[in-house]
Parts: sequence; C-alpha cells; structure tokens
Amino acid sequence: MNYQIHIDGFVAVYIFMVTAFAGWVIIGRVPAILHTPLMSGSNFVHGIVVVGGLFTLLNASTPLEQTIGFFAVLLGAGNVAGGFAVTQRMLAMFKDSGHGGTHAAHGARHAKSAKHAAPKAVKAISPKKT
Amino acid sequence: MLITISQLIIGSVDLAAAFLLMFGLWRMASPVTAPSGILVAGVGMLAAIAASFLYVFTVDATVKPHLPLNIGLAAAALLIGAGIAWWSGRKVAITAMPQAVALFNGMGGGAAGAIAAVELFGSQTHGAAQSIVTLLGALIGSISLSGSVIAWAKLDSLLKKPLHFPGLQWFNGLVLLLCVLVGGYMVYAAGDATPLVAMPHLIEIFFGIALVYGILMTLPIGGADMPVVISVYNAFTGLAVGLEGFVLQNPALMIAGMLVGAAGLLLTLLMAQAMNRSVAKILFASFGPSPTRKQGAIKGSLKPVQASDAGIFMRYAKSIIIVPGYGLAVSQGQGKLYDFVKLLQAAGVSVKFAIHPVAGRMPGQMDVLLAEAGVPYDLIVQLADVNEEFKDTDVALVIGANDVVNPEARTDKTSPIYGMPILNADQAKKCYVVKRGDGKGYAGIVNPLFYAENTYMVYGDAAAVCTSMTEAVRGLGAPAAAA
Repeated sequence: MNYQIHIDGFVAVYIFMVTAFAGWVIIGRVPAILHTPLMSGSNFVHGIVVVGGLFTLLNASTPLEQTIGFFAVLLGAGNVAGGFAVTQRMLAMFKDSGHGGTHAAHGARHAKSAKHAAPKAVKAISPKKT
Repeated sequence: MLITISQLIIGSVDLAAAFLLMFGLWRMASPVTAPSGILVAGVGMLAAIAASFLYVFTVDATVKPHLPLNIGLAAAALLIGAGIAWWSGRKVAITAMPQAVALFNGMGGGAAGAIAAVELFGSQTHGAAQSIVTLLGALIGSISLSGSVIAWAKLDSLLKKPLHFPGLQWFNGLVLLLCVLVGGYMVYAAGDATPLVAMPHLIEIFFGIALVYGILMTLPIGGADMPVVISVYNAFTGLAVGLEGFVLQNPALMIAGMLVGAAGLLLTLLMAQAMNRSVAKILFASFGPSPTRKQGAIKGSLKPVQASDAGIFMRYAKSIIIVPGYGLAVSQGQGKLYDFVKLLQAAGVSVKFAIHPVAGRMPGQMDVLLAEAGVPYDLIVQLADVNEEFKDTDVALVIGANDVVNPEARTDKTSPIYGMPILNADQAKKCYVVKRGDGKGYAGIVNPLFYAENTYMVYGDAAAVCTSMTEAVRGLGAPAAAA
C-alpha cells in the first residue's frame, strides 16, 4: 500500500474550484462586526504554509536549500503564531450584555443559524459581566 | 513500512486539519461561537505542524545524511518565528492591528515564495505545467511579501506620502510584464542545456523583479485605501499558498490557501463597496492631489455648545445612537465613552452604537475597539440595520467621525463621496458632533451636517469631552458624591 498523494492537473482545478466556492459561502456568513478578526483569522489559516516549509526544509540536501527552507519555516511560523495570537485576543474581547436568562443553548443555536446575527437574546458565554 | 505508516498518519492529520480550519472559520458567523472557532482551527494547525515532522521518515536516501541538521534548523526556525510573532501579537495595541495583520500576512507570502524558490533551485525536474504553477505562486507570494511590508510602513506612518510621477502605472505595468517574460523564458529554457543566462541567475532576477513590483504597486496607494490593500494581499498570500500546495502535492495547503483566497476577494469587494470605489481604481488609479472642487455655499452656521450641556440633554433623552469614528480611537476615548453610556443606561436611556463599514483603519476595527473597551456586542449595530432608526431617535452623537455622516453623499453628485452609503445622523431630532476643530475629513470636504439647524458642535478632544459629559450627568444625580 502506498499513501503518497498524487494530484494531477484537472483534479487540482476541481479542488480549487470547490474550495473557492466553499470559502465564499463560509466567509459570506460572517457579520460585519467580526470582519477584523475574520481578516486576521483567515491570515492565520494561510499560515498552514509552514507545513509546506517544513516539508521543504526536511527534504533539503544543499546549503542553499537549507537556508531558504529555514526562512520558509521561520516566516511561516511567524504567520501562524502571530495570526492566532491577535485573532484569539480580539475574539475574547467580544461580550454581550449578560441578559437573556437561562436560554443559553437555545440562544447559541439561534445565533448560529441567523445570517447577520449580532444576537440580541444570547446568554453570556463569558463569566465577565459588564 | 515506516514510510507507509508515516504517509498514512500525515495524510490523515492533514485531512483533519483542513476540516478543522474550515470548521473554525464556519464558527466565525457569530461572536458567540467565534472564540471557540479559532481554538478549533488552532488545534488543527498544531496537529498538522506536529505531524509534518514525520516527513523525516519519508525522505530520499540522499537526504538522510542531512537530516540531523535539517531537523535542528526546523525546530530553531519554528521556535524563533513563532516566539517572536506570538510575543508581538500578544502585545500589539488594537489601534495598531492593521499593521500587525499586514506584517503577519507578508510573512506568509514570503514563506510561499521561499518554498517556490527551493523548488526552482532544487535538483528535482518539473513538467512545464508544474513550473508555471510554481512561478505563479512565487510571483504572487513575493508581491504579497514586499507589498505587505510597504503597507505596514504606511500604516505605521513610517512612509507618509504616496509616490506619484507621470506614467507611473505604465512603468509598473512594464515591470510586471518583464517579470512574466523572465518567468516564461525560464519555463521555455528549462529543457535547454545552455540558456542565455544561467538558470540560478534567472531565478534570482525573477524574484528580484517580483519583489520590486510589490513595492512599486503599493507605494502609490494612499493611506485611506490601505485596508483594501491588506485584504488584497491577504487573498494573494492565500492564492500563493494554494498554488505551492499543488506543487508540493499537499491538498491541505491547497484547500486552506484557496479558502483564504476566496475570503480575501469577498472582503475586498465588500470594502470597496462601502467606500464607493472600484477595486481596480484603488489599486491601479494613481491619485494625484485631489482635484479642487468648488463646493456649493453652505447654509446655516456652526453652533458650539458646552460638553456638560450636551451630556445633561442626553441624560433626559429617550433614545441615542452614537456614531463613533477613528477620532475616538485616536484620543483613546472608548472607555470613557462607555462610562458615559453606562450612566445613561442606568437613567433609562436607550443607547446604541452605529458602525459604518469603513470606520477605523480596517473593516470592523471600530467594533473591536469598542469590544476592547467593554461595550457588549449587542449594543453595536451595523449601518444597514440601524439607518432607518435615526429618524425616530432623539439624539445622534457623532464622535470622531466625519465623512461617514456627510449627507452630501446622498445628494451632491459632484462630491467625491457621492454614492457612498452613510449613516443618517442628520435625520435624528438632534445631533451633537464632538470634534477637535473645524477640520475636514479624509475626503477633504466640508460637512454640511455640521451646519444643519439641529446640529450642535462640542469642541474638544473626544476623551476629554466624554469625561466632562460624565461628570455633568453625575453632578445631577448625586451632587454630594460628585464633589
């Protein structure tokens, strides 16, 4: 058995097409209030380039390849860690007013399905009350 | 056997990571689920990074002697890169967020470019199609790297003036064409034993021109348009990562990269729409000094009032909509504004914050700045949801904003902001405008709202005005406590 992945021309185009469509749909759901975390969050997602950098560096066999590979991993790691740090920090700042009683589960489910939900009656997930 | 197991594990973990990254973004649809979304995505990313060390079991026999050094380099690069970025990401102020995002984005573009460089310099032979994809990824990644660095410098006010000279856009076009030609020749000459210029030099020239193009493309763009530029480069990096993912035959990179490419494109279009400009105009139209336009005579006069009077009036209003702008963030007044809002709420006043899509230096930045100050997100409403409510509202409090409430955008066809969606602060029964002076907005035009009959100007620094309004209202309720 061989688990080496092979993706040829048209298969790649199909993958790109479906993913682009999925991306458009997924991002279209995000309310304007979260556009800054969305931007840094998607920034974090393309930080997966560090995996490619690791592959390249581990397969390097000349000093030149090793040097460039080192920078690929260095920059990719910066992208991942920085993107995650700022996104997580910003998202942790969003709190609601804390009213809404015991309907937490219902509220959360409702918010998920609502398109541009800056949910009104969602119970605070966070313990911090303002 | 070890090779097969490693490949199986890497393949499975990458598959899971791709799913978790998409699922994480999916959960960004609401402020309630978003914090867990980024954690989910983080777990996927961490697993993918850890699994990629299993590549050591799959390398060719010729690479084996280099492995100890390679592993050491990889660990060092991970620790240094992640450490510095994590530390600076934790520390950066929310007002400086656009710069930080630009910088982290440029790093990703650079990483994609570096992967392409290794592929090109490396000994492995590629087919023409694969070479073209590699070069395309290299070009886009390099533009994203150097362009993001320039965008960062502009946002950080290290570079003040946009670059202009006649024929700039033609010159840039030629530079890009040259880069494409060099790339094309590299593909053409790949089978040739003796190309005109030795292949390594061609690669260096190609990257050099691509990086220069990224700088040249960004330099002419003004500071106000930088949010769009960051978004474009975000999409670019995603695209470059996706393309290099194909070259490395890694579907997780392809999916994550393309996802971000689509996201960046959508955000770019949304933002351009909110600014009433086309993306092409922002990126490729070289703006000289803005054309001087004779503005029609403005009726009415500026009516200054004291901050304390405005504060007391609002205390006895029924409903208030606050329109915050970047001027509020500049004076660091968000927290003091929210203190004032809490006093009003305690007195039974209904208060909302209305956010324009381009308030701040990147889309949604004002929302984060308010959240940082503790304002609950259910008080924050977006333009489309709130605009009808202004006419039934007692007071619109415009604080540190200007162009986004300029009614000229609705009526005056000759205005540079004509057609831009604005917040209808002028339709409220009374409008207070907190401003430092009589200055103009970003678009450089006088705002007739300030001269309207029901508008009153409160001059002063936004934070200081909020403090005096708070003190005035406190003074009403409990004079003894205030003293």
